[in-house]
Amino acid sequence: MTDAIVTPQKRYATAADYVNLMKPRIMMLVVFTGFAGLVAASSMTGVVIHPAMAAIATLAVALGSGAAGAINMWYDSDIDAVMSRTSTRPIPSGAVPRDEALALGLIMSGVSVMLMWLASNWLAAGLLAFSIFYYGVIYTMWLKRATPQNIVIGGGAGAFPPVIGWAAVTGNMPLDAWILFAIIFFWTPPHFWALSLLAHKEYAKVSVPMLPVTHGAKVTRSQILVYTLVLVPVSLLPLATGLGGWIYGAAALGLGAAFLAYAIRLARSGAGDANASGTDMKLAKNTFVFSILYLFALFGAVLVEHAAGVHFPLIGT
Amino acid sequence: MAEMPDSAVSQLDAEALKARKRRNLWLGLALVGFVALVMVTTIIRLHGGIGVSERM
Repeated sequence: MTDAIVTPQKRYATAADYVNLMKPRIMMLVVFTGFAGLVAASSMTGVVIHPAMAAIATLAVALGSGAAGAINMWYDSDIDAVMSRTSTRPIPSGAVPRDEALALGLIMSGVSVMLMWLASNWLAAGLLAFSIFYYGVIYTMWLKRATPQNIVIGGGAGAFPPVIGWAAVTGNMPLDAWILFAIIFFWTPPHFWALSLLAHKEYAKVSVPMLPVTHGAKVTRSQILVYTLVLVPVSLLPLATGLGGWIYGAAALGLGAAFLAYAIRLARSGAGDANASGTDMKLAKNTFVFSILYLFALFGAVLVEHAAGVHFPLIGT
Repeated sequence: MAEMPDSAVSQLDAEALKARKRRNLWLGLALVGFVALVMVTTIIRLHGGIGVSERM
């Protein structure tokens, strides 16, 4: 951790501060993809989980995500205070004391894992515990400040929810669950690097080795394109296994084409360069925003097919 | 550093007290909620195995 910790001005925390501590936007994505995994598992295997248990398992995923977010904010409070994008977060703003954030994160971790175990099985609970550890310790405390591959490797933490949801229903982790994992895994680098093109000067200020800081904006834009080129065929894998049907196929193809178009335009632009135009920077922002829509829509297609009973696979189940 | 006037100190304490009460209320509700969830999962497990069934 850096020595330049800014002493925050004291203000009293509101409920919103504690909610923000848990990174609610990431939590929504995590819960959505986890729930999609849960629903797909039930539909594909015929195993039915009690609705209340399903709801509690989903709540456990939400709490686990919030716990990991709180631990991340505890550890990163020093650099958050320096970066303008994060200086208004609950800890650097003085609302929530650091040790309180850590206590909240640790307690919520335990509660979420226990609830998951009670609502489903030890495998789902273990996966949830591991994913919290992965994000809070492996990514936050080690990778983020150590390597430009931080997002690539660390992104695995956010890819676990559909596997957890699947394991909660079936007690195992078949290929289909790992395909959903892979989609999120290969989505994370282009998603986060698009954001880092906008904020790389901030990361440089706090010596976090994000790819634009260590290798420059041009390499980052190329890598965004590379990972998007990998992501598109990976997103079509559900069609090969029967996990995805016609609706999913149409969504994956359309969304994939659009994401690729963004990545190609971004690669050709000067976004993140020292002399980048406003248009290029707006393109980076739009790519970031679209990446969020992409994942929601893709997993939304999975959910719609399997929840609404309109799953017609191209290949047999 | 200049001494804070007594009224400012007591106002600060009142705000701190209010924040603490608000936080304690939420913590209490969370605890009750957690206990309720444990009860629900236990009841479901006792009534129907682990709440999972195979749909043929």
